[in-house]
Amino acid sequence: MKKYLFLPLVICCITFGKAQEKPVAFVHAQIIPIEGNDIEDGTLVIQDGVIQAVGAFGAVQVPADAEIIDATGKVLMPGFVDTHSHLGEGSGGDRSSALNPEVRILDAIDPASDSFKRALAGGITTINVMPGSGHLMSGQTVYIKLRKNAKTIEDLLFCEDINSGICGGMKMANGTNSIRSEPNFPGTRAKSAAMVRALFTQAKEYQRKVNEAESDTSKTAPPRDLRMESLVQIMNGERIVHFHTHRHDDVLTAIRLSQEFGFKVVLHHVSEAWKVADEIAAAGVPASIIVIDSPGGKLEAMDLKMINGAALEDAGALVGFHTDDGITDSRVFKRSAAISVREGMSRQKALEALTIAGAKMLELDNRLGSLVKGKDADFILLSGDPLSTYSHIEETWVEGEKVFDRSNPEDRKFATGGFNVYRSNIYFHVH
Amino acid sequence: MKKLLFLLCLVPAVTFAQLAVKGGKIYTMEGEVLTDGVILVKDGKIDRVGPASSVRIPKDYQIIEAAVVTPGFIDAHSTVGFSGYMNQPHDQDQLEMSSPIQPELRAIDAYNAQEELVKVVRDWGVSYMHTGHGPGAIISGQTMIVKTVGDHMKDAVVEESVMLAMTIDPLVSSNFQTPGTSAKQIAMIRSKLIEAQAYQSKMEDDDEKNDPAPDIQMEALVRLLKGDLRALITANRQQDILSAMRIAEEFKLDLVLDEATEAYLLTEEIKEAGIPVILHPTGLRSNGSRENITMEAAAILHKAGIPVIIKSGFEPYVPKTRIILFEAAEAVANGLPFEEGLKAITINPATLLGISDRAGSIVKGKEADFVLFDGDPFEYLTKICYVVVNGHIVREACDAQ
Repeated sequence: MKKYLFLPLVICCITFGKAQEKPVAFVHAQIIPIEGNDIEDGTLVIQDGVIQAVGAFGAVQVPADAEIIDATGKVLMPGFVDTHSHLGEGSGGDRSSALNPEVRILDAIDPASDSFKRALAGGITTINVMPGSGHLMSGQTVYIKLRKNAKTIEDLLFCEDINSGICGGMKMANGTNSIRSEPNFPGTRAKSAAMVRALFTQAKEYQRKVNEAESDTSKTAPPRDLRMESLVQIMNGERIVHFHTHRHDDVLTAIRLSQEFGFKVVLHHVSEAWKVADEIAAAGVPASIIVIDSPGGKLEAMDLKMINGAALEDAGALVGFHTDDGITDSRVFKRSAAISVREGMSRQKALEALTIAGAKMLELDNRLGSLVKGKDADFILLSGDPLSTYSHIEETWVEGEKVFDRSNPEDRKFATGGFNVYRSNIYFHVH
Repeated sequence: MKKLLFLLCLVPAVTFAQLAVKGGKIYTMEGEVLTDGVILVKDGKIDRVGPASSVRIPKDYQIIEAAVVTPGFIDAHSTVGFSGYMNQPHDQDQLEMSSPIQPELRAIDAYNAQEELVKVVRDWGVSYMHTGHGPGAIISGQTMIVKTVGDHMKDAVVEESVMLAMTIDPLVSSNFQTPGTSAKQIAMIRSKLIEAQAYQSKMEDDDEKNDPAPDIQMEALVRLLKGDLRALITANRQQDILSAMRIAEEFKLDLVLDEATEAYLLTEEIKEAGIPVILHPTGLRSNGSRENITMEAAAILHKAGIPVIIKSGFEPYVPKTRIILFEAAEAVANGLPFEEGLKAITINPATLLGISDRAGSIVKGKEADFVLFDGDPFEYLTKICYVVVNGHIVREACDAQ
């Protein structure tokens, strides 16, 4: 049994080890490292899938055997982190329950889905793939890296062991999407909160019994329970809750629940963030927001405003963006930042919201989100300023390998679309 | 007397007789771009356009100014005012599901001038909309042309009945039990139009005794057959676009192709037939019959010599409407020349909709509809400083919106 558990780890290491071994140096790029000042004429050196050096041209030692890529006129910045997406054609929990903590989206994703090409064309290198929001708890999310030639879900993961490791967060939702007139579903907001509280209360008792059995050999541990296990991970701070929430009172309910049960939470969508930005900041809770053309489309998004990014920044909260693809298109992810800057967000925070902020929300900022020595070599080359409508993502690199190249027609078609480019595979869930 | 004082209080402290608009660059859409230009507005109409050096601004005019001025935008096909932003049954009037063919449904009986989304798109520069019944039925109803101002339908309406919203798409089969296939859709349209032809000939012959009982559905279809109503056919797949063209030919309909995601595969046929196309939003989702959509469609059509017109269209969910300024911007980012991007949301739709005598460009005598920007209109970073409709400032904000 142990042998089989070990297998995915071996596969991960092989994949990882195959990443480019010869150093590559990008020279004369305008580098936006996110952490640290922008570099007008910069050099980035990568090797073995990791950033070796970043700095001004001339100030960075380029290894003698490095392949040199002249990036004159290009902007080089970290690959984007999309904290909330539905690419990969997966679904989470079914209609049997509003609470599905044992369900893993990683068991449902097509690792070879063409939909991931849309993300790469948009400069996205890491995704938090979420199940939908039609449940209070629709299942475990998965953090994936869009590595080259991925065939299995293991090829995409951050965690080392798919079964014993923690490979993502937990999707929760409140407000109207998870309220349904079906058996086992809540009919009101108060019932929604009560069902979540009852579940966590049950999990606390499970946790107590597990701990008791560990410290007292005369006690037997409760039988293994997948549902309880993932909730204990949440309460231990090992698994982050990604909470779909729109209306101001629902936002505060999500925060209240996180405080009661001591879980880490990232707020998602947060349409009415501008009404409760101070409360969000005071709670120290990060917010991953979506930038949408117009308010409404559903009752709880009626007061959505494009000033959300600015309001949260002003309040001092950590702000990230997400695509929620297919709600917005991964290929135009960067426009979230541009629109938010127009609506008052600072350029720096808006660029962080595409990169390092998302990395922090997934607790992967030790590896992602900025161009710093030792971090994963995940980056993009743009034809111009990332906030310009006219700039295209020309190349996307993941762990030192080029995974998207706009100059290659086979890749370019995924940026533009066209005949038979994408199968009809948009996952258009009720949101 | 008290009443009079009260009324006086309602009058703004400073009133301007008229408006002057100054722009670093004025895209008049009539020839050259005007640098350092001035537009004088009188009674809601454009009175004079010219370089600042030669146009004197009268003293009592209010002056507004920005780096870039464009005409007010014209959304060639929307359902805003029919499909409301709450997306609840009570504010969704774009599609009646009781029957797949209902040409008798009038737009004026459903338009909500106070819908929040009307204000939303107006704040993004839209002064005119061609809106009405939506896609999803073989014939879902009539469409209208409105201005994005006015509290009631009567204040907003410009043309109350301009096209019949028709759909040839698998979408119809997902909404109705019958038609269940594409061929059945076409058979149903043809049968209905043949019925209308018979009604028309009986009505038009000299023998009054022959007249059938008046029928509002047939009357609407007779208007279609006469070309008094245009056939706005939403079709995406190439076979459906060709079906639309075939039916138009058979019944001599005045066809306008709508959405047309695969039009880029049929540019020669469309060009040769001289059929106008209202193109999908550039970033429309690629689901269902739109799976072959390309962001380069506008650029391809333009290269083929087909005038590009970009619409917001109908959205079933979030966002409930798209913004044509963004959609044109994405088309420009994907190969459509800059000025063609502006044309796609100004003069080209004005021409298609038959309102180019009053809208779509900045020229003396046309309505004073403008959008003022602090930079390149297609950059997401650029702010809209003013929106002017009929000579009135309806939005004033270079700040957050």
